[in-house]
Amino acid sequence: MADTSPSTVIDARGSYCPGPLMELIAQIKLARIGDILEVWATDEGSAKDIPQWARKVGHEYLGTETVDREWHVRVRKSK
Amino acid sequence: MKILVVGGGMGGTIVANNLARRLQRELRAGQAHIHMLSASERHMYQPGLLYVAIGRMLPDELYRDQRSLLDPAITFEVDPVEEFRFDRNQVRSKSGRTHEYDAIIISTGSRIAPEAIPGLAEHSEIFYTEEGALKLFKRLSGFSGGRIVVAVGVPHKCPMAPLEITFMLHDYLKTRGILDKTQLHYTYPIGRVHSLENVAKWATPEFDRLGITYETLFNMKEAKAGVLLSEEGSEAAFDLLIAIPPHRGMEVIERNKLGQGGWIPTNRHTLQMEGAHRNVYVLGDTTNLPISKAGSTAHFEAEVVAENIVAEWKIGGPVRQYDGKVFCFIEASDNRATYAMFNYNQPPQPRAPTQSVHWFKTAYNRLYWASARGLL
Repeated sequence: MADTSPSTVIDARGSYCPGPLMELIAQIKLARIGDILEVWATDEGSAKDIPQWARKVGHEYLGTETVDREWHVRVRKSK
Repeated sequence: MKILVVGGGMGGTIVANNLARRLQRELRAGQAHIHMLSASERHMYQPGLLYVAIGRMLPDELYRDQRSLLDPAITFEVDPVEEFRFDRNQVRSKSGRTHEYDAIIISTGSRIAPEAIPGLAEHSEIFYTEEGALKLFKRLSGFSGGRIVVAVGVPHKCPMAPLEITFMLHDYLKTRGILDKTQLHYTYPIGRVHSLENVAKWATPEFDRLGITYETLFNMKEAKAGVLLSEEGSEAAFDLLIAIPPHRGMEVIERNKLGQGGWIPTNRHTLQMEGAHRNVYVLGDTTNLPISKAGSTAHFEAEVVAENIVAEWKIGGPVRQYDGKVFCFIEASDNRATYAMFNYNQPPQPRAPTQSVHWFKTAYNRLYWASARGLL
């Protein structure tokens, strides 16, 4: 089974601006192909926006875990 | 007590002046010393670049001598730090000297990084420097119509600037009588026209009303002559491309391996650098915090850091936590403006733009110097 433990955790809880997705876009540029990034968000919208963006751009969406009104969204940098 | 402030931008200036005010007696008695090391003898009011780009301010209005903004008790030197030695409570500056401290505040700011996107520097106008703002103004002065694209990179400083330049361009083109010959097009990296949902809810119908077109989920990949390509696979043709480029932290931060991309990992409440060194504080753009890289962020953080450094010294512990507070004006069209204020727990609720807020913003462009001096 592939390792899905994140190499980078982006704590974007309480981030209204720039927000979790923009934080991910900024961080993913600094990551290496194959790295897994996990975004922590406190807005439910990120659980929808991040997978949508990842799929559109061509990164791999690995799943979302909900922990006490927090959403932990994992993406693997694929290109 | 030796306090070293690294960087003479908004955060560094406000924290130094705030500390000087709180430590007046100790400074006079020689028990405290505040030392600022900066890369420049001049201080720029960076939000003014937006106005330079459309001819509403002149570059020399954006500057003051840094020394003139500081409390006379502060030692100020143009001698930028090149090496941080946290284990020894020392830094080495460009002159080769070593400076010791009991507490250090790192507020070195950020820089534009258009080179991160192939072709962007060559094919776009970027108003985030004095030279770039003037160049854009000259391009606009000779512009007679066509397609202007405003494109936004990530991360970027001043989150309202993309909307503001778009609305202000609309007014500029209207005043020059070439609005009907121009198409204004705006692109944004996520799925709405601004990261703040309530700001996007206000700005989207404004764009529609003014005939400004937009494409969301557009992340710049490459700029070529006349066309901008996105990571998402779309293209935006342009006659004039105005880019909000991606930013990075300063080179000295990257060189010292203090944080990826030049952003220092920082505790979101205490503003201490993450790790073992409790006497290292980080302010403004330099942090890796998921909040706006804006002057107001640095201002509110500076107040917390100054109070806590003094409290640590006098009572042995901090007394305040930073709550993520940010305040941003938003210039809209037709000489109107609004604002967004928010923190880690409260999203902004921007009100309809008014002329009075626009005039207050215009006044703040001058009042900034009082704010930097700690008088506001």
